[in-house]
Amino acid sequence: MQRSLYISPDKCTGCLQCEMACSFEHEGNFNPAKSRIKVFTFHTEGRFVPYTCTQCDEAWCKSACPTEAITLDAATGAKMVNDGLCVGCKVCTIACPFGTINYNTTTGKVMKCDLCGGDPACAKACPTQAITYIDAEGTGYDKMRTWASRTDTQTAAQA
Amino acid sequence: MSWQKKILRVNLTEGSCTAEPLNMQWAADYLGQRGLGSKYLVEEVDPKVDPLSPDNKLIFATGPLTGTASSTSARYSVITKGALTGAIACSNSGGYFGAELKFAGWDMIIFEGKAPKPVYLYINDDHAELIPADEIWGKSVWDTDKILHAKHQDPQLKISAIGKAGEEGVMYACIVNDLHRAAGRSGVGTVMGSKNLKAVAVRGTKGVSVKDPMRFMQTVMEKKKILAENPVTGQGLPTYGTQVLMNVINEVGALPTKNASVVQFDGASKISGEAMHEPRASDGKANLVTNQACFGCTIACGRVARIDKEHYTVKNRPEYWGASGGLEYENAWSLGADCGVDDLEALTFANFICNEQGYDPITFGATLAAAMELYEMGVITDEDTGGVKLNFGSAEALTTMAEQVGKGEGFGMILGLGSKRLCEKYGHPELSMSVKGQEFPAYDPRGIQGMGLTYATSNRGACHLRSYTVASEILGIPEKTDPLVTEGKAGLVKAFQDATAAVDSSGLCVFTTFAWTLEDFYPQIDAACEGEWTLERLAQTGERIWNMERQFNMAAGFTAKDDTLPKRLLTEPASSGPAAGKVNGLDKMLPEYYELRGWSKEGVPTPDTLRSLGLS
Repeated sequence: MQRSLYISPDKCTGCLQCEMACSFEHEGNFNPAKSRIKVFTFHTEGRFVPYTCTQCDEAWCKSACPTEAITLDAATGAKMVNDGLCVGCKVCTIACPFGTINYNTTTGKVMKCDLCGGDPACAKACPTQAITYIDAEGTGYDKMRTWASRTDTQTAAQA
Repeated sequence: MSWQKKILRVNLTEGSCTAEPLNMQWAADYLGQRGLGSKYLVEEVDPKVDPLSPDNKLIFATGPLTGTASSTSARYSVITKGALTGAIACSNSGGYFGAELKFAGWDMIIFEGKAPKPVYLYINDDHAELIPADEIWGKSVWDTDKILHAKHQDPQLKISAIGKAGEEGVMYACIVNDLHRAAGRSGVGTVMGSKNLKAVAVRGTKGVSVKDPMRFMQTVMEKKKILAENPVTGQGLPTYGTQVLMNVINEVGALPTKNASVVQFDGASKISGEAMHEPRASDGKANLVTNQACFGCTIACGRVARIDKEHYTVKNRPEYWGASGGLEYENAWSLGADCGVDDLEALTFANFICNEQGYDPITFGATLAAAMELYEMGVITDEDTGGVKLNFGSAEALTTMAEQVGKGEGFGMILGLGSKRLCEKYGHPELSMSVKGQEFPAYDPRGIQGMGLTYATSNRGACHLRSYTVASEILGIPEKTDPLVTEGKAGLVKAFQDATAAVDSSGLCVFTTFAWTLEDFYPQIDAACEGEWTLERLAQTGERIWNMERQFNMAAGFTAKDDTLPKRLLTEPASSGPAAGKVNGLDKMLPEYYELRGWSKEGVPTPDTLRSLGLS
């Protein structure tokens, strides 16, 4: 079963545990500036929205890369950046429609979510299940279940 | 490791920014944040200094766990000699600013002197510079935040600033970061304003490392689980915030109402956490929009609220229609019950103004309550107030005065003095509900006896965050004690004071102590910090910090006479509820407290006590 990250912004509190977990996994320290997942705050709306790579099947970043530094991890579906091949040209950052691949000034390479090899640290660190790692084919099931629960067949039949 | 081992010294008089190494011996003895910042203050500032003179210093201090994956790792404190109190001040704030300062590579900033003209400090990792504050001086906290984000073209910039109140010399001005988190009490923002320092804007990309990363992460995961499974930190606080307490404290007869003339408020349920969830009759929406976490916090008690657009306070004022920081329990009490006001939307508006202009809602509400009592006695007149009727229960009086204090206008200038100075001015010092010049918060010591000793002995003036015995006396954490008796409270207060000083100094939030004890803190500190951190060492660190703060205050001129309570709490019995007929029994608790502390009968730490704590 392939899984994907699934984000429910309404559950996010803006604590940034995900950003710390991500930077710890990839950089070995706590550094939100180097996190592959970012939480955006919309202050006057009182909303917090975690955002990261959705691992497109036909990935714009992968297509755009002139050195073929971005490859598919067949096990997880993640698009991986091979630092040995990346030349830091940043074309992928222009190609990505969502902005989820970014340049790292410390390494001179681009960085993006790699799903932590199939066990994403952000999802494990999230205290409210705003970020989950679930069956890629059933990411809509929770919402379906919510709507299904509102269906009152008896009332409908009587009407 | 965990400490960045670097502090930024900013001489405002000379306009210089200098990096210097953190004193690691002091870090080993005082941990960080409150303890370590206070150590620097004690070493560098004459306790007799005028708080508003250039010789006072203003210290922004993070803790070793600030900016780590430990839950609630957001905290920083501002340490100085308090403008409101003249005592050592240490005001703690959350949000995102503290962690960002740490990520930029700094444990602490020490401001000294006074800038010839208004400036702000800009930090981008190692780079630090003072910049003229022409375009933000005179602006609110909210406008300052907007202008600096636009000017530096950096949405990730974290900003801590004073508003108009700090510039105008309101004696209880705050330093507000991330729009609505504040180093709130004792007038730390007033000190900042006196130095012509408007704001600190910081961006950090260096990160924080810990000593033993794998052990640290394992420990942190276990401790986060404890918070999630605890009914207070896992359910009560995220759902209702600290406002979970409003109805509870009212029922036990410990809700100071109408300047603490009574201990229960008829309108409590209307301004409670539950009420914030209720759809409004007017627009069908709830006051509460969502809860919000500070950096790293897995509790998320923060309130984000929106005012009804049709409410008189914001009608045709769209700048107040967005969501912003909502009512916490202390603010709902001070602006609400203490002034007798039960209009939730009006309280939310007054709270917005406190954040926008940067002043402490606890002291403001308690000062207004004192003024209301004086008004109803006929001592303060319409002539004084510019015609505003300062009756208890008047939402209009509350919101009008909130705006006047924020702008430094009219009777707001008098309210800006705080209740002690205001009540002295009108010849009734006994009506100021303060200790060491600072107003006590939302727990009446007639109904919760331990809080009387807490207020009387708090090193920063009356405060609930120095030893929150409410946890034990009302909530039964870690074990239930009877709120109406004085027996055993001296030991309880001492234990809570020492533990809290240690917790504050770690960089974590004291709210974790609803679920954690020091047993849960020391393994996190030990995995993150150099040296061996045991339970005993942590507890002793807390006691050392408490005694050091006490020594500063004694050198500043405070004596045992100042370890007291407003006369009302000692002589006027509670009139209703479970505590009816009771006054606070401070005289029964204080001598035992001094003895347990190893202090003389005059409240002075003995040489033996100081020696055992390494303070002599």
